[in-house]
Amino acid sequence: MKVIIPSPLLSYTNQQKEVDAAGTTVADVLADLNRSFPGIRFRMIDEQDAIRPHMKIFVNGEQVFALTTSLNSTDEVHILQALSGG
Amino acid sequence: MKSAVKTKASPKKVLAKKAAPKSVTLLVATKKGGFILTSDPKRREWTTKGPLYLGNIVHHVMLDPRDGKTMLMATKTGHLGPTVFRSTNQGKTWKEAAKPPAFAKAAEGETGRTVDHVFWLTPGHAGEPGVWYAGTSPQGLFRSADGGDTWESVKGFNDHPMRSAWTGGGQDGTPDGPKMHSIIVDPRDANHMYIGMSGGGVFESTNKGADWHPLNAGCKVDFNPDPYPEFGQDPHCVRLHPQSPDILYQQNHCGIYRIDRTAAGAENQWVRIGEKMPKSVGDIGFPMVLHPRDPNTCWVFPMDGTQVWPRTAPGGKPAAYVTRNGGKSWQRQDNGLPKQQAWMTVFRQAMTADAHNPVGLYFGTTCGEIWASTNEGEKWTCIVRHLPHVYAVEAVEL
Repeated sequence: MKVIIPSPLLSYTNQQKEVDAAGTTVADVLADLNRSFPGIRFRMIDEQDAIRPHMKIFVNGEQVFALTTSLNSTDEVHILQALSGG
Repeated sequence: MKSAVKTKASPKKVLAKKAAPKSVTLLVATKKGGFILTSDPKRREWTTKGPLYLGNIVHHVMLDPRDGKTMLMATKTGHLGPTVFRSTNQGKTWKEAAKPPAFAKAAEGETGRTVDHVFWLTPGHAGEPGVWYAGTSPQGLFRSADGGDTWESVKGFNDHPMRSAWTGGGQDGTPDGPKMHSIIVDPRDANHMYIGMSGGGVFESTNKGADWHPLNAGCKVDFNPDPYPEFGQDPHCVRLHPQSPDILYQQNHCGIYRIDRTAAGAENQWVRIGEKMPKSVGDIGFPMVLHPRDPNTCWVFPMDGTQVWPRTAPGGKPAAYVTRNGGKSWQRQDNGLPKQQAWMTVFRQAMTADAHNPVGLYFGTTCGEIWASTNEGEKWTCIVRHLPHVYAVEAVEL
């Protein structure tokens, strides 16, 4: 499925703003993403498997909060870095 | 309390050998990236390389003195998680660590800790090539055995049953987060280590981090109901003298201290040596810098620790202070520094010395300046301006 990458993480994806990843849950997709682009997951997800405070994940335009959220192969995952500060 | 490691080492005499002129490299960590400054052999002209990882908050950049090539850089950004970048060619190219420091995942139903940032990097013992230690905020200790590529939790500290009590539990907090810092490996014995914690005090291990005990006797906590608790102190920077490893100095939140681990009956007792500082300046600050050869000489850079703790140069008049007799007396060193209206702060990792003779001193400020002295603090020169807020400066010879 298509995964949209925020600008702070483009250094991991060779500057690709859209990449492909596979999986039936958000956790699976992030794990697949990390296989393709080592290190990218830990910048978004902490060691307790929580989404870091300023990172947001949307699936088909709806924000999801659990890595266990199920996905279909046609879904679009959009990773955002939340705006914060001035 | 356990006793210190017993040795019969005594302070060595100051070596008078004239060091061959060699350029100095400064590894500078700032709030917006890393920089590498390189001098000519006379240490008068400097070139600046960087920024490295512009926009990243870099807390520390360190060279591995064992191979002279490996560098580690502790970074995070305002939004992304913490990590460590590695170079194996003296900073020419960098690559992210495969497994950065991270706490263990908590069991189901329990709350686990998460590393906010890696704060401190220490190369391991000379006899253990590839070993590094990292200190984090919140306070955690991590070890790498492969040159900083993968990191493991030091369970002897991070899972210690007293860890929460030592660090203040859920309330362990200083303005920018409590720091594990001043990770020191005894050059005589890889098993013997010290750590400093901004929320906890100084701790010692004699078994390579498998267990720890407090080493805070004599060290005051003047804001605490009990001013001399076993732990709970706030060391800002702890240094062990490399040629006299039984001598340690500490710049603490509550004064300047020295300990001699060979002192009969006082081997576990810190002695406050900041009382002889001018009362108008006080003995509060962040950094502590030791002379590389003379165990009785060290430098501090005082800051205002009164009332609401401005953490700026006292009176807006920055100065280093040196003692050459183990703290019995101190001399002000401000030649070349601004005489007024200079509200800079020098953080705990942001002042250092080289190995030249005379020793070169360097410090970075919260105002983005790097200052240098080629004559042990007798005269200061600003060698770089307009960098971001400086967190750390390390002097190395490549």
